[in-house]
Amino acid sequence: MKNDTLYRPYSADVNLNGCSCGQHATQNEHNADEIRARQLRGGDPEALSGDFIEAAAVRALFPEDATRRRFLRAVGASTAIAAIASVLPISDLQAAALDKPGPLEKKDLKIGFIPINCATPLIMADPMGFYKQQGLNVTLHKTAGWALVRDHMLNGELDASHFLAPMPLAIAMGLGSSPQPMRVATIQNVNGQAITLALKHKDNRDPRNWKGFKFAIPFEFSMHNFLLRYYLAEHGLDPDRDVQLRVTPPAEMIANLRAGNIDGFLGPDPFNQRAVYDQIGFIHILSKDIWNGHPCCSFGTSKGFIDKNPNTFAALYRAVLNAAAMARKPESRADIAKAIAAPNYLNQPETVIFQALSGRFADGLGNVRNEPDRADFDPVPWYSMATWMLTQMKRWGYVKGEVNYRALAEQVFLLTDARRLMKELGQPVAEQRIHAGYRKFSVMGREFDPARPEPYINGFAIKRT
Amino acid sequence: MKASLSLRAGLLSVLLLILLVGIWHLSTATSPVSGRPAVSGAVDAEYAALMGNGPAAATDKKVDGFPTPLQFLHVAADKLADPFYDHGPNDKGVGIQLAHSLGRVALGYLIALAVAVPLGFVIGMSPLMYRALDPFIQVLKPISPLAWMPIALYTIKDSSVSGIFVIFICSIWPMLINTAFGVAGVRKDWLNVARTLEVSPLRKAFQVILPAAAPTIITGMRISMGIAWLVIVAAEMLIGGTGIGYFVWNEWNNLSLANVIFAVLLIGLVGMFLDLMFAQLQKKVTYAE
Repeated sequence: MKNDTLYRPYSADVNLNGCSCGQHATQNEHNADEIRARQLRGGDPEALSGDFIEAAAVRALFPEDATRRRFLRAVGASTAIAAIASVLPISDLQAAALDKPGPLEKKDLKIGFIPINCATPLIMADPMGFYKQQGLNVTLHKTAGWALVRDHMLNGELDASHFLAPMPLAIAMGLGSSPQPMRVATIQNVNGQAITLALKHKDNRDPRNWKGFKFAIPFEFSMHNFLLRYYLAEHGLDPDRDVQLRVTPPAEMIANLRAGNIDGFLGPDPFNQRAVYDQIGFIHILSKDIWNGHPCCSFGTSKGFIDKNPNTFAALYRAVLNAAAMARKPESRADIAKAIAAPNYLNQPETVIFQALSGRFADGLGNVRNEPDRADFDPVPWYSMATWMLTQMKRWGYVKGEVNYRALAEQVFLLTDARRLMKELGQPVAEQRIHAGYRKFSVMGREFDPARPEPYINGFAIKRT
Repeated sequence: MKASLSLRAGLLSVLLLILLVGIWHLSTATSPVSGRPAVSGAVDAEYAALMGNGPAAATDKKVDGFPTPLQFLHVAADKLADPFYDHGPNDKGVGIQLAHSLGRVALGYLIALAVAVPLGFVIGMSPLMYRALDPFIQVLKPISPLAWMPIALYTIKDSSVSGIFVIFICSIWPMLINTAFGVAGVRKDWLNVARTLEVSPLRKAFQVILPAAAPTIITGMRISMGIAWLVIVAAEMLIGGTGIGYFVWNEWNNLSLANVIFAVLLIGLVGMFLDLMFAQLQKKVTYAE
């Protein structure tokens, strides 16, 4: 009659000679063990997450608990599990919730690069083993020009590539190509460019006197183009009317500078330093003097690749972030210069690369300058960077009409993923309080407020809108 | 008399070569001295070192501008000593690069041959086809190989195959036109003889027309091969990856003119060798009427 006694001798469910499983001396011990096991299971986050999802899924199937119990009693637990599994992929849900790095969808990857210092993290990741560490077998494919990088990404020959930071935005908008959704996983480098002038102009350092100059830039949708235009316009020159801007591959910038076909260029390192080394030019200003902390190149891929190979993409992401973290350390720059100077990668004299990376360099005018922040490799793809690029595209008439700055920036630049992966890798993540991913910065003393792009454009005297 | 002519020609060639190398030597020997005005001011040791002129850099053999013949020979010997090394996807020996280029050329050329000769036969034997296809040939023939490149890259979606396609599309025309011309120009008498003997059409094609048109066809093939070899270098400079054209581009990127000159000479030699092969073939099929 009395079912609340300690051993419940009148209950049919109880085994008086031990516990219900037979492994414990008493039912009490059995229960205590069960509780302990459950607590242990609760302490394991994987099991907890799995059990929680299982319970939640079953609760969703049977909103009324009485129905659930009736169902279980009628068919038995194992039948129920099988029946529910056939309609609801609980084990998949459990795996997805854990976000455990699943198997790599694709191990052999082809990644494109242009042989310049900007691509340092993604190049060094090969000789220094960052790709291998993630189980990837990457072939770095040296590409002859930016247009070809674009074409090879569009036709799927490359899995991922080194881009100029504005390129994925341009491709996503279909500027200069058929539109295809592209994504920027990380910024490759900040700063690290320069305006190089021919030696004959060494006494003509004021941009106001540069009317009629011919400058080379690597590509239309490049920070080089936007920064040079900005710099000239701030000095009262209209970059479309007062000077000539020519799209020229970097190696040919040097040859053209030597031949006198151009007066200077805003180009990537190591070619600025190479012009000095070959005694044909001098470094007028570093790009950090225009905007300290400006992005230059990016590492990205197509949305299609990410959707098809999420785990591979995450592994690739981690490899490049790890490489960037190492490249940021000044003490590792000498080793990096050595690794990427090889003919397989940059094919340039090591000292030229090292001067551009370390910031202790000959300026071509007889001085040794020391600018430790000449080049850096901060990988965070801030939305505000994208917004600025879009304002310049609009300013110079590459895009006409309305631009949805916010949507484009947040679609193309994968800031959230970069932050999450950096956190997982234990890297210092940029200040958390800037939740939106927009931060103000100033370019040549003019403040840029990413929340108000249109007034920013309208504030310029020289523009094409 | 004939022997002495070729002897004199050979001597003249050697003399010209010596003259050219001499001019090269004289014009490059002076340039390094005049080329460093920037350093002359505040020369300090670190600056010189950073410019690649320091004492440590002396062993590093910095070459600015155009190399002297000696520097060039040094580079050439270096390259020839190990032509088949493979240091990763972007750095292979010249032997491997040449093999890649020749492979592409051979493939594109053979496909062009397989299309051009039968088609040329048809066009040559049928005045109707000749007239109908002529406008297409005339429009497509003068298109620059590199103009095809963007279209090929976009539609084929593979740079290696695009390279082969460009070889194909550029080497097909001389073969096609020459085949058609040669077939159309077979002497009427021979065709009449074949007709009186009631030779089957296939036999007529292979035993009368083909031998008669062979010299013209081979000339077309020779021109095509020349074009194919011209095109591959340009195409590989564009598509990158492998091949002698990529090698030129890569060394140009490094502003290493000695390597570029070496590759240019190599391209010339291989081109000459290919042409000689066809010259031999041409000798075999030429007949006197």
